[in-house]
Amino acid sequence: MNARSITAIARSLLLGLALAAAMAARAQLTIDITTSGGRQIPIAIVPMAGEASQPQSVSEVVGADLSRTGLFRLVNAAGVSPLPTEPSQVNFPDWSARNAEALVIGKIDPAGDGRVEVRFRLFDVQKQGQLASYSYVVAPAQLRATAHRIADVIYEKLTGDKGVFSTKISYVVKRGTRYELQVADADGFNAQSILASNEPIMSPSWSPDGSRIAYVSFDQKKPMVVVQSLAQGTTKVVANFRGNNSAPAWSPDGRFLAVALSKDGLTQIYRIPATGGPAQRLTDSTDIDTQPAFSPDGQWIAFTSDRGGSPQVYRMPASGGPAQRLTFEGSYNVGPRYSPDGRFLAFVQRDGGRYRIATLELSTGQVQVLTDGTLDDSPSFAPNGKMILYEAQVGGHGQLAAVSGDGRVRQRLTSSAGDVQDPAWGPMPTN
Amino acid sequence: MKNIALYLGLAVLAAACSSEPAKNEAQVTDHGTTSTPSTGGGTGSTTRPAENANVQGNPLRDPNSILSKRSVYFDFDSNVVKDEFRGMVQAHARYMVDHRDARARIEGNCDERGSREYNLALGQRRAEAVKKIMTVLGVQDGRIETTSYGEEKPVAMGHDEAAWAKNRRADIKYAGE
Repeated sequence: MNARSITAIARSLLLGLALAAAMAARAQLTIDITTSGGRQIPIAIVPMAGEASQPQSVSEVVGADLSRTGLFRLVNAAGVSPLPTEPSQVNFPDWSARNAEALVIGKIDPAGDGRVEVRFRLFDVQKQGQLASYSYVVAPAQLRATAHRIADVIYEKLTGDKGVFSTKISYVVKRGTRYELQVADADGFNAQSILASNEPIMSPSWSPDGSRIAYVSFDQKKPMVVVQSLAQGTTKVVANFRGNNSAPAWSPDGRFLAVALSKDGLTQIYRIPATGGPAQRLTDSTDIDTQPAFSPDGQWIAFTSDRGGSPQVYRMPASGGPAQRLTFEGSYNVGPRYSPDGRFLAFVQRDGGRYRIATLELSTGQVQVLTDGTLDDSPSFAPNGKMILYEAQVGGHGQLAAVSGDGRVRQRLTSSAGDVQDPAWGPMPTN
Repeated sequence: MKNIALYLGLAVLAAACSSEPAKNEAQVTDHGTTSTPSTGGGTGSTTRPAENANVQGNPLRDPNSILSKRSVYFDFDSNVVKDEFRGMVQAHARYMVDHRDARARIEGNCDERGSREYNLALGQRRAEAVKKIMTVLGVQDGRIETTSYGEEKPVAMGHDEAAWAKNRRADIKYAGE
């Protein structure tokens, strides 16, 4: 067991769009990591020349990003003198002696117009070769985002998978009777409140291009589905039929939402245009059908139904039609979410009164329970499929947590802000 | 914040273990083992609509009228309206039959256990179960809207059966209230 914990304390300014006055509060988000087993890549990340005078240390953010994945071990650079910032200054035996397999160096120079140029290089220590070299000209305020891009490059070079350090997450913060829908960087920094209400907010869901978030609002004393544009802050009620309107899920092309409506009695699944419009019914059962999720190829909708006597995960063609039951173990398997490659479903499984996050491999039917909480809910895959963000209850409070697809790496995102719930991991940035 | 602190530690989940009534595969199961808040008079079937005419003011707000009782409580994982609440629901049905301009909304609720969106649907089914009693007694379907808050609006904030029992609930609310 190799347990390690890294804490990054994030202070987030709540930049309420229309409600700035009500949002002068600050929240702290702390990320704890636990890893067990598995190899970690030892990597030395040398402080960049010139970063001490900048508002943000790039190398620290890169190191924190990589460490948080549980796949890297940071090698201490203390004692190496002088610290290299140019390829000619790298003495590879120094780093071999410290068992580093990878080395990152860089520098930050003025680039005119108040901007700076960030150049970094990634080396393979054993082969004594350069793996990557990039430079970015940015405003100093963009240094944190630049560090995430650098971490993305390093992660992809060394693991073969896309990094998700430049992505965003959304979640609901509840303080007393006050609800806020927040969007933050994937590391919990730069949290912004995009909506505040004295009524519950539920089930945020990112549009595939990351430009809009659909969610459930209770502002009219009943659940309705709203789509909000992140750039403009504009909102549109897209489903406000009689009864409940909830569980929005985007089609992969962003044109439609699958939603759960009770306008015809019990909750059933319908399809509506993402801009609002008539609802086309997709399920026709006499029981509850809810929590739809489109497969990434757009062919299927996975959902929860208790038509068989207990709530289980089913799937049907995306245009409706015969449903196929997918889960069989236990009496409660709900809330399916597809992995980005479409091979897995993450869902909530009840076992002896405890609610945990599990995955189902669709090709084999194999189920793996990934978490050991008491009330885990709302799984959401990272856009590279490596981690699953979810809601856990800790000490009677909702907190965010994440677990790797193999269950080996666990992250806990704790906040002093109140209950944090209903997380959704946004898509890869489009640029 | 620039400081990143490294320390050893293991995240330990708080073992907020809760006892749970035995789960039956059937979706509609009255376990009969959980405590339920009293209706405070909802058990009787003696209230007649005629009584309301004698009450000064609005019988819906008269604490002596059964119509001031609005909450139906449910067992875990159940949407069965128990006998002790049927008299109260029937009284509301008769009120709506007598007051044709009255419109109601029935809001279902759940305890915190389970998945939020599924609980929203479960709460809706509880509201539907109450509505059905009322429509059978002659209230037109269009006059009652059923909705749900799922687990989002608990009236009791605890994490034990005493709190959960208060939160497994459907509330009858009239338009204009």
